[in-house]
Amino acid sequence: MNEYNFAYLDEQTKRMIRRAILKGLAIPGYQVPFASREMPMPYGWGTGGVQVSAAVLTPEDTFKVIDQGADDTTNAVSIRKFFEKTANVAVTEETGEASVIQTRHRIPEQVLTEDQILVYQVPIPEPLRFLEPSEVETRKMHALEEYGLMHVKLYEDISQHGAIATAYAYPVKIEGRYVMDPSPIPKFDNPKMEMAAIQLFGAGREQRIYALPPYTKVVSLDFEDFPFEASKADQVCGVCGAEDSYLDELITDDEGGRMFVCSDTDYCRTRQGNIT
Amino acid sequence: MYVAVKGGEKAIDAAHAWLAEERRGDLSVPELSVAQIREQMSLAVNRVMAEGSLYDPDLAALAIKQARGDLIEAIFLIRAYRTTLQRFGGSNPVDTGEMSCDRRISATFKDAPGGQVLGPTFDYTHRLLDFKLVADGAVDPADERAVETETTPHIMSFLNKEGLIEDDVATDGATPPDLTREPLELPADRSLRLQSLTRADEGFILGMAYSTQRGYARNHAFVAELRVGTCCVEMEIPELGFAIEIGEVEVTECETVNQFQGSKTEPPQFTRGYGLVFGQTERKAISMALVDRALRWAELGEDNVGAPAQDEEFVLYHSDNIQATGFLEHIKLPHYVDFQSELELIRKLRRTPETHMTEAAE
Repeated sequence: MNEYNFAYLDEQTKRMIRRAILKGLAIPGYQVPFASREMPMPYGWGTGGVQVSAAVLTPEDTFKVIDQGADDTTNAVSIRKFFEKTANVAVTEETGEASVIQTRHRIPEQVLTEDQILVYQVPIPEPLRFLEPSEVETRKMHALEEYGLMHVKLYEDISQHGAIATAYAYPVKIEGRYVMDPSPIPKFDNPKMEMAAIQLFGAGREQRIYALPPYTKVVSLDFEDFPFEASKADQVCGVCGAEDSYLDELITDDEGGRMFVCSDTDYCRTRQGNIT
Repeated sequence: MYVAVKGGEKAIDAAHAWLAEERRGDLSVPELSVAQIREQMSLAVNRVMAEGSLYDPDLAALAIKQARGDLIEAIFLIRAYRTTLQRFGGSNPVDTGEMSCDRRISATFKDAPGGQVLGPTFDYTHRLLDFKLVADGAVDPADERAVETETTPHIMSFLNKEGLIEDDVATDGATPPDLTREPLELPADRSLRLQSLTRADEGFILGMAYSTQRGYARNHAFVAELRVGTCCVEMEIPELGFAIEIGEVEVTECETVNQFQGSKTEPPQFTRGYGLVFGQTERKAISMALVDRALRWAELGEDNVGAPAQDEEFVLYHSDNIQATGFLEHIKLPHYVDFQSELELIRKLRRTPETHMTEAAE
């Protein structure tokens, strides 16, 4: 068992996944069931994204993996190494250099181009799941465009808390049709989803793939009098000084001292390079 | 000046090296061989084969060794390996009536053709620690008798002359769907449910089955027959035009009869639950039969009392321990970004609760 196919998966499996991807691109925001395989990493650790990446990677690609925006978080390192080993593709930490970017929980700060594919790892693909636990029911709700429950939930948030109490995995509506889970990205990233790159979403354990073609209309759900707001910490990056990037909060001492730094490590490093 | 934490890659390598060392344990203690695990931990091997869905005792033993005895981790290793194997065909259905039985008991009939054969079972052992095994595991040879040449018929097959037990559900001969090649879509038919149950986590299925016994969709099960033994696996070879034996597998089969008062569509009769699992895995096979029966409520016209064991979606979506453990343990991964966004939200909600409340109310 030393010899694995290019990018681990056999060609039949890749073909099955590519069909699901194409169907997903044809019906943006629709969750396509696919026969997810057991991967050599655990479910919930990016197996959906890994299968999608395996299906779209070619030997000429340059691959980047981020987790929480960072290239050097342990699981990003693990997934990058997996494809270095099984596909022998070039890897990079530079957003602009990569042709395929696999991500967990963030969209890179740098604007992506038409030559790029962004692959999301998705834990729970169903935006209605926590309102309705049954898959049979939620599929029916999507088919009938029955999204009242979601609006009621958002309304109840406002009446109880004065704001929509969803900070990440904030639901979006795609081209006026399907309500879609953008994966657990912070809502700060939602507006970036109308982009030039292809966006592919893989949920391995839940056996679903969905997709957004370039320049697809993505609207974060809101109300006229409570418009969607892409919020972030009201701070600047303590390292590069960026005011426009999503920030992680760090505890720096025993007294609860804090600082804020860019969650996108490549963005932060590039800016530091430009400053010096 | 803050410097971002680097070195995930180095940390991973170091962790793996330490893990390997821990797996080996104290070097002054002789290393376990895969053959020792296969022979002396055979029930663990059976569980790994059953839930890994791959009948290969050597690979299962290797997986147990590599996983430091963590059986779910071993099952995961086997699953990840099996998914890479090329599928070159399907066998003919295995005839468990032709099983060469090591063990065969019935709880419903005191005696039946073929007899009650206890076989190698813990059932009537007293659970006292055997301190002799610390020093010396030598065993005296057990008594033997001549091999039965007659096959052992299924008890239900010839005790249903009165028609009091539900007839076996006839299949239309169609190839059943393959859970490992097609996404699970609901409602699932019985063959798909059984596929899912046979590879399901033993503990989960045991808990589900136990819940039916305690009154959550109680189905009054009797073990009509429990048999453990080896069956031949045959496969049609297109070039030959006939089936040849390609190997044999040890399986445990459990058939239950369940009390049933009848419904609008079915007369009062005994109904059936079915369990079939790789290896000697009795607890699992019996549990499977009980859960199978509970899931058949709709087909038998029973009421859905809202019990977890009746809910196909609940049982099938949560019974796979590889899916469950992966998702459960993924919460160890960094969630800085989502947590940060929640932090901002909570701060915001606390900052201006009253003003927004009144605005929203207006």
